[in-house]
Amino acid sequence: MGKTFAEKALGRAAGHPVSANEVVTVEPDFCVSHDNTGPISRTFKKIGVKRVWKPERLVVILDHGVPAPSSEHAVNHKEAREFMKEQSAPHFYDVSSESGVCHQKFPEDGFALPGQIVIGSDSHTCTYGAFGTFATGIGRTEMAAAWATGGIWLKVPESVKITATGALKPGVSAKDFILKVIGDVKSDGADYMSVEFHGDGIENMSVSERMTLCNMGIEMGAKNAVCEPDRKVLDFINGKEKSSDWEILWADPDAAYARELKYDLGGIVPGVAKPHTVDNYAPIGEVKGRKIDQVFIGTCTNGRLDDLRAAAAILKGRRVAVRTIVIPASWNIYRGAMRDGTLDTLLDAGCIVCNPGCGPCLGAHMGALAPGEVCVSAANRNFKGRMGDKESFIYLASPRTTAASALTGAITDPREA
Amino acid sequence: MKIKGRVWKYGDDVNTDVIFAGKYTYTVKERSEMAKHALEDLDPDFAKNAAPGDIIVAGKNWGCGSSREQAAICLKKRGVGAIIARGFARIHYRNCLNEGLPIIVSSEIQALVEKGDEIEIDFGTGEITAGGKKIKFPPYPEFVLGLVNDGGLIPHVKKSLNRGAPPRKGTGPLDHLRRLR
Repeated sequence: MGKTFAEKALGRAAGHPVSANEVVTVEPDFCVSHDNTGPISRTFKKIGVKRVWKPERLVVILDHGVPAPSSEHAVNHKEAREFMKEQSAPHFYDVSSESGVCHQKFPEDGFALPGQIVIGSDSHTCTYGAFGTFATGIGRTEMAAAWATGGIWLKVPESVKITATGALKPGVSAKDFILKVIGDVKSDGADYMSVEFHGDGIENMSVSERMTLCNMGIEMGAKNAVCEPDRKVLDFINGKEKSSDWEILWADPDAAYARELKYDLGGIVPGVAKPHTVDNYAPIGEVKGRKIDQVFIGTCTNGRLDDLRAAAAILKGRRVAVRTIVIPASWNIYRGAMRDGTLDTLLDAGCIVCNPGCGPCLGAHMGALAPGEVCVSAANRNFKGRMGDKESFIYLASPRTTAASALTGAITDPREA
Repeated sequence: MKIKGRVWKYGDDVNTDVIFAGKYTYTVKERSEMAKHALEDLDPDFAKNAAPGDIIVAGKNWGCGSSREQAAICLKKRGVGAIIARGFARIHYRNCLNEGLPIIVSSEIQALVEKGDEIEIDFGTGEITAGGKKIKFPPYPEFVLGLVNDGGLIPHVKKSLNRGAPPRKGTGPLDHLRRLR
């Protein structure tokens, strides 16, 4: 019987072969945290250990409220800044043009490497599976304990195999595919499991599209989500690897899976997740025409250059009908969009462009919603109250669908825009 | 350990945003303050009227969504004695145990109780008593029991580090200390 990706990656880290449902303790290759570094450092100090086990393995990227929208946020940033200095920890991304959303910046700077173990005090840490990394979200206390002891216990997860063949049709995006998958698997269908994406449909996708897929693994409960690292991944990380101790690992053809699903990408249509759960899937035809108040394009899910370009291609030479907030996922992306004219196209269309960060995704700032308002968002969660008032409504969609909807002020099929 | 309390009953997929809203994650820092916002966007009555030891009974996938630990802390600090659900989302599951908040997976209890019913949980025998009926639940693995008994992960780590000696085999979460030290 062959091994799954999770069995291989956790076995490599544990130093002996492992199988699903065993509990192993492993030393993480990197630990990522964001604005919650302040509270984690307070918990760390309570343990009574002075030094982080390996300060060079901490990666701290401020993104949830940048620049600080309140003095409470500023205090968190200050604590994180001081802690990293105190620990002589080199990988600190302060509020600056070198930074971005942590799940974008972490891979951009070569921390996401095949076969390595990454833990992050953020649920979307699973994004790095696009690089063949075993990456999983944990809580703050657990992060503090990992900093102190250099280890974490993990149950070797069972795995779900999702095979995608063929190619997406014009106007259809990787986001439409993953929303459909989550609609099928449901929000807890992969709870505690490792989700593997297989097939030529995935091979044909860009690294950015694979990041969108893996990013949303948590929305079906997954512990991690992963794609096979190939030439595209190696080209992406080439020359910027922050560690040399990595290895390409992938599942054996005869590995055992708890569940297998197959999709023909040619059959995927634009879709949305209706309020208030991510698995509340509907093909675009069912919700077309629903009036909206705001559009948001950005985040670790869909704030990359190809996303902004896809939106700009639809908005070019036209004018948005509702307020449209665009937030590039990093300053590198911001600069790229500035250079190739994408930002101009978006501004000409009436969008506003904010500084890279999580923005209104979790309702902290830059576009919170009023009672009764409806937002079409390219982000990853549509929970009640997520973007502000608990009586507001969020539809999740691809950047193309959000852009097409911005033009009409109602949910719109991007193939008809 | 025995816990007795009144039931607060909820449905499936209760997510961390409605347990503890994102807008408070960086503004509400005191643990006791967090308790005041527990379940605010789902059931505003809860934070007002819950009594110490009350027990939450829920459907599948309790605590899905964000990794925010405040979702576990606010319930613990509001006095929740235990959560019984058909299933828990993974990160929240770990967060509850790391906070020393006992959680139980059971599919039978939901049909037997309504809001306000008094039930009792006996962790020693692995039994829930509800309306004269007894429901069995699987006992915690030894290392999880250690975490909960010590009051959560931080006291547990402190205790192990202070002891100076590597923990016994089978104590799970801290096995790695043996390897590193």
